[in-house]
Amino acid sequence: MSHSSPTPTLERPRPASARPATQPVNHWRQQLGSTLLGRFAAKGRLPADDSGHFPLSEPRHRWPVLRSLSRSPAALIGFSVLLLIVIVALSASYLYPGDPLDMAGAPLLTPGEDWQFPLGTDALGRDLAAGLAHGARVSLMVGVTAALVSVLIGTLVGALAGYFGGRVDRVLGWLIELFQTTPSFLLVVVVVSITQSTIGIIAVVIGLTSWDTVARLVRAEFRALLNADFVLAARTVGYSTRWIIFREVLPNALPPIIITASVIVASAILTESSLSFLGVGDPNKISWGSMIGTGRDMLRSALYLTAIPGIALVTTVFCLNLVGDALISALNPRLRGRAS
Amino acid sequence: MPDRISPPRITRRLGSLFQSSLFRAIPTAAGVILLNFALLQMVPGDAVDALVAEAGSASAETTALLRQQYGLDKSSWLQFGDYLNQLAHLSLGDSPRYGLPVLDVILQRLPNTLLLMGLALTLSLVAGVVIGVVMALWKGKWPDRVLSSLAFVLYSTPGFWVGLMAIVLFAVKLDWLPSGGDGTVGAGLTGIDKFVDKLHYAILPALTLSSFFIAIYARLTRASVLEVLTHDYVRTAQAKGLSSWQITVRHVLRNALLPLTTVAGTHLAGLLGGAAVAETVFGWPGIGRLTLEAVQAREYKVLLGILLLSSLLVIAANLLIDWLHGRLDPRIADRSRGIEP
Repeated sequence: MSHSSPTPTLERPRPASARPATQPVNHWRQQLGSTLLGRFAAKGRLPADDSGHFPLSEPRHRWPVLRSLSRSPAALIGFSVLLLIVIVALSASYLYPGDPLDMAGAPLLTPGEDWQFPLGTDALGRDLAAGLAHGARVSLMVGVTAALVSVLIGTLVGALAGYFGGRVDRVLGWLIELFQTTPSFLLVVVVVSITQSTIGIIAVVIGLTSWDTVARLVRAEFRALLNADFVLAARTVGYSTRWIIFREVLPNALPPIIITASVIVASAILTESSLSFLGVGDPNKISWGSMIGTGRDMLRSALYLTAIPGIALVTTVFCLNLVGDALISALNPRLRGRAS
Repeated sequence: MPDRISPPRITRRLGSLFQSSLFRAIPTAAGVILLNFALLQMVPGDAVDALVAEAGSASAETTALLRQQYGLDKSSWLQFGDYLNQLAHLSLGDSPRYGLPVLDVILQRLPNTLLLMGLALTLSLVAGVVIGVVMALWKGKWPDRVLSSLAFVLYSTPGFWVGLMAIVLFAVKLDWLPSGGDGTVGAGLTGIDKFVDKLHYAILPALTLSSFFIAIYARLTRASVLEVLTHDYVRTAQAKGLSSWQITVRHVLRNALLPLTTVAGTHLAGLLGGAAVAETVFGWPGIGRLTLEAVQAREYKVLLGILLLSSLLVIAANLLIDWLHGRLDPRIADRSRGIEP
């Protein structure tokens, strides 16, 4: 990150930064920094003070986001509950060794009836608590994989469409529109039933059908950012296209991508649970959706069979949404001050 | 500008808007067809295999004959030609399982799904807007806090679980509404009575389907109303001494609802997917349940026919919404004429 600075005549102070307009600006990196990290980046570190380099990698500049998150009770609750779920998911095979789909005890023990099975057992004598722990693993895996796949594809498509415009944009825009009009849940059902319903394929297919939101967002960000001064500066200096896309524009487009990713994790978990609920999911893996699906037949007599996995599902998605919401205000420098 | 003179404003505006929307719709529809055909080609084993498997056994000659009969022995290109030819004749092929043309099988179920979606969309828009306005007007006070948390929970809850809990509450505990089906069996109702009976059965599925969208629209309306409230014309209206009811309905809502119409269009595809789940929970005989039946029977023609038809349905609905949107906000028509991305 130590490149010779371009000619200072190219720059104007950005209105978004809290820097006084009269202050001379020596380094365009600072602009990038202030767009990415908000007014905290510019504060007390005026270009005249130092050599003009703005070290993006220094940890203290990442902290306004963290500080904002730690000040929001909703984000704290969301993060800690999610952390708990992640821990349970990771330790599922230590806590409940063996296949959660195997019979463990007497059938239809209600929660609290036998403390060996605190959450009870289902009609086939399967431990509900073990199912929850192993199901958490499936849900989180699907959510994260789908989000990674869709962010990867969406970012690439959106960046190319937004950067190049013209014909590339038209073709990629067509692709985005195509995936936007096709009902993605039906598409997932069709593809999964055509291929195989293993959990890995389900996760990837969900990702493949939900990248269009990311692509649209990244495309819009790119189109807006391409006119920014720092991109013009980078172009004038003669940086390569790849450098400009990945090192200049993309870091600035990251906040909305991160927020969307958290939404996709949540919706992928919901999609997977719907699939398993309908019986289109992976038959060899226990999932919260399939637990609800099997418990559904006994809705009248054993409500806890559907209620407990459902509560686990809602809690997880709820916390993901809490975190996503908190990220919106934490990553937006203009909202960050307001949160506290 | 010189071009402002020639054709009458309204026709030109609508014409250009329709043109641009249609311009986007045609390649999208072509893409949908291409995608469907590609998926059809991916299918391992065809309908004949399924048929044979179901029959128990069949000689190699019989299966070959059946393949020939269904045109499954040709090359991909020829099959694509056949496929396009079929579509041009408004046919999606025959379903061996149902012994009917696929289109007929789907069209039998389509009205049920459309009824469900229409009800759900209306319900979610009305409830969402009302809740959103209440939240915005009481911003930061207890109605806002309670409703916001409620919307957040609904937003995080999968539709099928809402449906199951609704069955427990409204059908089992309170016994207000039927827990499934699409009409009272053997009641022999006709005409308006039959429709009312059907609506009775549609309430719970529609409620289930709309729960997620109520939450979305409530949050959107809240944000949108809060934004509009900061505008000068609202202050002007207040200064004129209009009642707060008048301000809310005539000045705030009209402007705040515009973003909602755009978003509602993008949710149609999601609504269709949600309908599949709600229909299965309540045994509502629509397209969604047909999808699952087709999955279990490995009726890929039916499956892909549903995908194709519902995608085309979304495209058509979006055209309608574009047009409506242009009517509601003249600025959009102007904008889409000016800079076309």
